[in-house]
Amino acid sequence: MSAVDTHHDEHHAPPASSIKRWLFTTNHKDLGTLYLWFALIMFFIGGAMALIIRLELFQPGLQFVDPSFFNQMTTMHALIMIFGAVMPAFVGLANWMVPMMIGAPDMALPRMNNWSFWIMPAAIGLLLSTLFMESGGPAGGWTMYPPLVLQGGDSFAFFIFSVHFMGISSIMGSINIVATILNMRAPGMTLLKMPLFVWTWLITAFLLIAVIPVLAGAVTMLLTDRFFGTSFFNAAGGGDPVLYQHIFWFFGHPEVYILILPAFGVISEIIPTFARKRLFGYASMVYATASIAFLSFIVWAHHMFTVGMPLAGELFFMFSTMMIAVPTGVKVFNWIATMWRGAMTFETPMLFALGFVVMFTIGGFSGLMLAITPADIQYHDSYFVVAHFHYVLVPGAIYSLMAAAYYWLPKWTGHMYDEKLGQWHFWLSTIFVNLLFFPMHFVGLAGMPRRIPDYNLQFADMNALASVGAFGFGFTQILFVYIIVKAVRGGEKATDQVWDGADGLEWTVPSPAPYHTFDTPPDVK
Amino acid sequence: MFGFGFLMVPLYDLICEVTGLNGKTGRLDAAEAAAIYEPDYNRKIRVEFSVSVNGKDAWEFGSAVPSMMVSPGESYTTNFVAKNLSDAAVIGQAIPSVAPSNASLYFHKTECFCFNEQKFEGNELKEMPVTFVIDPKLPPSVDVITLSYTFFNKS
Amino acid sequence: MSKLRQALALFAAGFAGIVNAESLDAVPLNMPVGVTEISRSVYGLHMTIFWVCVVIGILVFGVMAYSIFAHRKSRGVTPATFHESHTVEMIWTAVPFLILVVLAVPAAKTLVAMEDSSDSELTIKITGYQWKWHYDYLDHDVAFFSSLNAEHNAARQLNSPTAGDIPSMETYLKDVDNELVIPVGKKVRFLHTSDDVIHSWWVPALALKKDAIPGYINTNWAKVEEPGVYRGKCAELCGRDHGFMPVVVRAVPQEEFDAWLVEQKGGNVAAGGTDTAVDEAPATAEEAVVEEAAPAAADDKDALMAKGQTIYNNVCAGCHQVTGAGLPGAFPAITGSAVATGDKAGHIALILNGVAGSAMSSYAWMPDEDIAAVLTYQRNGLGNSVGDVVTAADVAAAR
Repeated sequence: MSAVDTHHDEHHAPPASSIKRWLFTTNHKDLGTLYLWFALIMFFIGGAMALIIRLELFQPGLQFVDPSFFNQMTTMHALIMIFGAVMPAFVGLANWMVPMMIGAPDMALPRMNNWSFWIMPAAIGLLLSTLFMESGGPAGGWTMYPPLVLQGGDSFAFFIFSVHFMGISSIMGSINIVATILNMRAPGMTLLKMPLFVWTWLITAFLLIAVIPVLAGAVTMLLTDRFFGTSFFNAAGGGDPVLYQHIFWFFGHPEVYILILPAFGVISEIIPTFARKRLFGYASMVYATASIAFLSFIVWAHHMFTVGMPLAGELFFMFSTMMIAVPTGVKVFNWIATMWRGAMTFETPMLFALGFVVMFTIGGFSGLMLAITPADIQYHDSYFVVAHFHYVLVPGAIYSLMAAAYYWLPKWTGHMYDEKLGQWHFWLSTIFVNLLFFPMHFVGLAGMPRRIPDYNLQFADMNALASVGAFGFGFTQILFVYIIVKAVRGGEKATDQVWDGADGLEWTVPSPAPYHTFDTPPDVK
Repeated sequence: MFGFGFLMVPLYDLICEVTGLNGKTGRLDAAEAAAIYEPDYNRKIRVEFSVSVNGKDAWEFGSAVPSMMVSPGESYTTNFVAKNLSDAAVIGQAIPSVAPSNASLYFHKTECFCFNEQKFEGNELKEMPVTFVIDPKLPPSVDVITLSYTFFNKS
Repeated sequence: MSKLRQALALFAAGFAGIVNAESLDAVPLNMPVGVTEISRSVYGLHMTIFWVCVVIGILVFGVMAYSIFAHRKSRGVTPATFHESHTVEMIWTAVPFLILVVLAVPAAKTLVAMEDSSDSELTIKITGYQWKWHYDYLDHDVAFFSSLNAEHNAARQLNSPTAGDIPSMETYLKDVDNELVIPVGKKVRFLHTSDDVIHSWWVPALALKKDAIPGYINTNWAKVEEPGVYRGKCAELCGRDHGFMPVVVRAVPQEEFDAWLVEQKGGNVAAGGTDTAVDEAPATAEEAVVEEAAPAAADDKDALMAKGQTIYNNVCAGCHQVTGAGLPGAFPAITGSAVATGDKAGHIALILNGVAGSAMSSYAWMPDEDIAAVLTYQRNGLGNSVGDVVTAADVAAAR
């Protein structure tokens, strides 16, 4: 931490590391760090569950786990990865970077910030504890469709409460982000001067505030259906199980954009830096993000094309879903136009960003295929869908997180990461992630449903490939941890600007960023 | 938005009623039906009856006829028969559903045992009537309507 | 297309070195074209949108690859400064929009055709159960359950002694005891509902997938053009054995279908095909038991035990395991259980009534002979040795 001394007085030095410091901290950088480490740990726990799934699916027959445990793994893997890994990781990035990008000294509501983080370990702990209960963890899929989910044992209540807690944490985090962005910008930082990462998070936070309570409502109804004799989703009492799916996906579709919009923001920061050229079409990027967010509210039933909707409904949701391809396409074109006639270098963050653009687009293509309702009826609940959403979430959202980690690590730690190992990490991950998810398209089209622990011999080759890819990808991530730890502990000193094409307020402060930045607002031209 | 989640319940019911979304059928007063519909005897529609007992309960449930040919606008009555196979008294509730989904909007019951819970004494056999009328505005592509009842044990 | 498929597969295979190239011919890697008019148009849509994506992909990634190659700092370029162009933005908003509109038209047409179930000639009600299907030919008074082939069911258990046979089972997890038989060239309407949780009846070759929702009824239809056996699966997660409730549809010429119906009504419930590839005996175990259960043989303990074991593996082992050990915390053990080693009447009552509030539902729908056999097996096999025999008469008396 010597870099701090050379620039500033002791006011800027972080307090000594102690349990009390981390437990009671209200500093946005401390909380950002906590969120990021927490997400990384969850990434490995959720990843271990994925490896159990892939281990069982390595060859036909049941070799390792019972089908009900398998179902618990698929359910928990999704919940942990969505609510424990990807969302907290993006909140961590927002905590670290948003105040520094808009020239604010901290988040607007620092105590709430502490709360919203420390609810997370409690919530996830509650969720994981269900695995050790007599009736086992939730096994009805992360979508929690009744009546199946209501067949779970008493651990069901724990699981619902943990979803509530995770929701409360997300809402508090979002309120904080909105309040910070709207109130704490440095003078001169008008909305349309904000970095795109800030913009995407502002829109994401509004989405979260809008839809997480809907999820909370849906799971509360499940809870009362299960324990207090209501019949929201029970046909016998006049309810309708399909109603749950409508409510869930009214939350669920915006939720998938919550997972990807901040990723768009990260990529829109990284590509201009390494192309040494301003982001092409800044305004259209903002409008595209906003239109994706708006469209996300009117496409939810495309997850339900097989429940028996009237023709008019199917047509409406098909058209609205296809429309999403337009603003998403605009984003991809803008990124490529940013690269066009730039002067690119290919450090690890740029490699992950380019990997994101290519593989997210592949996921976008299969998404477009899924929008075609008659074909979707065939794809629905098959491995084709599994391939699709893993392409947009793993080499999509997760790659953007890795790109962000490499991009800002020097700013966070004051040290450059090991570039050579970073390149290895990228190439190994990319080879394995495609080996893992590409074959899933084929087995899905050939008729393999998702969430099954065993399959016919015809799917064996492709599943074996996917499993090899899974283990390769999983173990490659140990390298990622090693690189991070190595950079935290030492390494080549990073300059303030770090990357020679970097532009923005966060690059004007020293590396590592002092404990308190922008006590006096910077001047934004 | 939390409230909105709950608001979606009545909202959904309303949308279903207006669009026939989930195959729940309309309920109509008999006199009203006779007053507003002009029977169209040139058109014949087959109404199929499908019966299910939920959860392998000890019920016997059937329809008096498997299907009938009807004309839109005219009222028809048919019987369903249910028997409690156990010695204990039970309460049953029949849940109606209509397929195809674009027909449910035009299928109206003026009298139905599914409007209320039905109490059965031990081994009691009940004959239960349903009176229905089909709106003549039924889309021309529909020539078969399936009326399904699922019996749930409510006790 | 098949060239591309194989090239892709070979690439993937060579990559890991796991698969040998010859075996790839047999591996389907794409959506089946199917055997109905609808399935062919769905396949056509699928391939159209696929190729549209491939073309767009080549263009977009091509430009990107060129830029990565040409516009790199190591080539000594100076970055340009442009960062906005309304014209370009308008073009790449409008062009994708137009492509989408063009794609939407045939998709909407197919959708309309799919939803038109008029002029059907046969109605079959399909009810999903955990974890089997029930088929009911509404106009013909024929109804039966269809569950996973018993041999496959035994082999798929965790640590199953017959797991080694899986590679030789060509239709592993894709075969059932009683197939759904339909006539070719006739428009068949399917009504879908469920008894417990949501299931989804999926047959790729017929392009049919519809959710089965308890209390509600859904409909779709197919007009199969070629006789054959078409296999599918339950597509909606429905609990523990979701992966083990296959669908088998056998499409036969009308005369054969009529003969099959007569046979069904004649009380011979050995449903299914005439030329099933798998061993017929265990596949139709449940029914075989009924037929063979002549009064003289019914009380024969060895025969009862053998039949009981087949039924047990088929019906009970899903939860209570082949070994009878159950799953601690979820499904109780049969071995050493108070019920299975206790009073006969209590044991019968439990099977007939189920256990309220648990996954154990009533099995009163099974014939008396089957219940007798399976109970005898539970009491004298699976590590239990009560010594008594449950007869069909015992069960009948308890009903």
